[in-house]
Amino acid sequence: MGRYYQPEIECASQEQIRAWQDERLIKQVRHVYDNVKMYRERMDELGVTPDDIKGREDLHKLPFITKDDLREQYPYGLLAKPLSECVRIQSTSGTTGRRVVAFYTQHDIDLWDECCARAIVAAGGSNEDVVHVSYGYGLFTGGPGLNGGSHKVGSLTLPMSSGNTERQIQFMTDLGSTILCCTPSYAAYLAESIIERGLRDKIKLKAGIFGAEAWTEEMRHDIEEKLGIKAYDIYGLTEISGPGVSFECEAQTGMHINEDHFIAEVINPVTGEVLPDGEKGELVFTSITKEAFPLLRYRTRDICILSHEKCPCGRTHVKMTKPLGRSDDMLIVKGVNVFPSQIETVLLNKGYPANYQIIVTRANNSDHLEVQVEMTPEMFSDSVSVITEKEKELVSALKAMLGIYADVKLVAPKAIARSEGKAVRVIDKRNLYQNN
Amino acid sequence: MTVKQISVFVENKIGNLAEVTKVLADAGISLHAISLADTKNFGVLRVIVDDSYNAATTLKEQGYIFSITPVLAVAVPDEPGGLYRILTLLGDHNINLEYLYDCNIRKSDCAYMIFKLEKPEEAIEVLTKHQVRLLCQEDFK
Repeated sequence: MGRYYQPEIECASQEQIRAWQDERLIKQVRHVYDNVKMYRERMDELGVTPDDIKGREDLHKLPFITKDDLREQYPYGLLAKPLSECVRIQSTSGTTGRRVVAFYTQHDIDLWDECCARAIVAAGGSNEDVVHVSYGYGLFTGGPGLNGGSHKVGSLTLPMSSGNTERQIQFMTDLGSTILCCTPSYAAYLAESIIERGLRDKIKLKAGIFGAEAWTEEMRHDIEEKLGIKAYDIYGLTEISGPGVSFECEAQTGMHINEDHFIAEVINPVTGEVLPDGEKGELVFTSITKEAFPLLRYRTRDICILSHEKCPCGRTHVKMTKPLGRSDDMLIVKGVNVFPSQIETVLLNKGYPANYQIIVTRANNSDHLEVQVEMTPEMFSDSVSVITEKEKELVSALKAMLGIYADVKLVAPKAIARSEGKAVRVIDKRNLYQNN
Repeated sequence: MTVKQISVFVENKIGNLAEVTKVLADAGISLHAISLADTKNFGVLRVIVDDSYNAATTLKEQGYIFSITPVLAVAVPDEPGGLYRILTLLGDHNINLEYLYDCNIRKSDCAYMIFKLEKPEEAIEVLTKHQVRLLCQEDFK
C-alpha cells in the first residue's frame, strides 16, 4: 500500500474538493430541511430555504447548532433517517445527566471507517501491520473508530480496549503490534511500563495514533523517544462522527481535515463572524455526507487555526492546529469530557453547597481529578465513618455522572476562595495548551 | 448524666489544629479531654471543655463546623481489669461502644474516661445500677 489510503481524494485539487463540497452541501441542506424539524424551524425563522444554498459560499446563511441543541433534541430530535436504516449508536458524555447520542447508518459507519483508514495509512499503516487499539470500546467512539479504520486498511486488528496494562504489554510483545492507538496519556503510561519491565527491545511498534485529549509537543517527544516510534495526532468528535475528522501526516504540522466529508470553518466565538485562514477562533463543522445524524455548522468549542498552505506530504486537505483551548469550560480528563456543571449537579443533588473547586493535575502522564467541597453543618458528624461514608457516596455519584473517578476532598467552610466576579471553579494545573 | 462533647471539623492542613486550640484558648476555655480522629483528608477533633456554651458560641462565631454529642464520663477503677469489667457490662446489655478516650479528671482510685455509646440513656441506667460512677457536665466546671 502506498502513502495514501485514497490518493485521488486526499490529494485532489482545491477545485475538486470545492466542487464536492458544493454539491454535497446542497444535497445535505435539502436532506435535513426535509427530515429534521429543528433545522426546518430554524431556517424558516431566518427566512432561508434550501434553494438559497447554492454552494459553500452560502454556508454562512445557515444557523449554528450547539451542544445544547443536541441535548435538547435528545434522543431522536436530530435523526434524519428512519431508525430502521440506522445500525449504530455512539454517545458522548454530556452535562446535567443528558448525554448526546449520535446515530449511524451503514453508510455513515463506512465513511467514518474510511476517515480512520486514511489516518492509519498516513501513520505508515498497511495490511502488513498489527494495529493495537487501546482506546475504550463501547459508546466511546475511540475504539470502534480505529477498529473500523484498521479493518478497511486490512491490518490485523487487536481490539484490546483500555485498561489491563499487563495484558496490553503481553499482546504487544507476543503478537508484534506495530501501530498503537490510544490516548496520549495512556501511551506515555504504557511506554513507562514497558521500560520498567525491560521489554523495550521486545516490542515492534513503529507508530502511534494518539487522540481524544490535549497533549503537548514535549509529551510527543517523550513518547516517541521512549517507544522508538513516530507519534501522530488524530482529532474527532462523536457529534461529527468520531476520531478521524482530521489526522496528522508525517509532516506533523497540523491535522488534515477530511474535507470531502466535513466542511470546517473558524469563527469568532463571540460574534459568530467567519474568520480567514491563519486566524484563531472556534472550529465549526458541517457534515456533508452523513445520513442519520448530519450536523450543519456545529460549534465544537475547540479553538484552533486553519491553514491551506501546501503540505509536503502531498495531501491537499485543509490543516487545523491542535486545539489551542476551549471557548467553553469543558475539561478533557483521561480522554473523557467533563463539564463543571455536571459536577455541580451532583453536588446539589446530594445536598452539598454549590461552592466547589475542581483541581486537575497530571502526574506520570496520568490525569487526576479532585473535587473540593466545603463541609456543612448538615453533613458533619462526630463520627469519622459517617463522614467517610458520605464521601464515598459522593465519589460514586460523580463516577456515575462523569464516567471517571474523581477524588473528593472535604474542606473547611470558606476554604474555597469567593471571588468578586466569576468564581474560579476549575484549576487545571496540567498546562496542556502552554506551547501553542 | 451525659456530658457534652464538642466535635470540630478540621481540614488536614498544617496549622489548622493549632488554630482551633488557639481560638478556644483565646476564649479562656479549658480542655479536659481531647481526642483526634483522622483520615487522609480531614480530622474530627473531639473535646470536653469546662464551658461548652462559651466554646460553642466561640466556634460558631469563627465559622467552624462542629456538633455537640452526648457522651458519658465513666469512672474506670484504676486497677487491672477495671476497663474490662465496664466493657463487659455494656456488652452483656447489648450496648455498642463507638469510641472512647482518656480524660484528665482523676480520683485516687479511678480514672475517668469518655465513652461514646450508641444508647447512652440505657448505658446510664446499667452503669448506675452497677455502682459505676459517672460525671455530669457540672463536674467539668
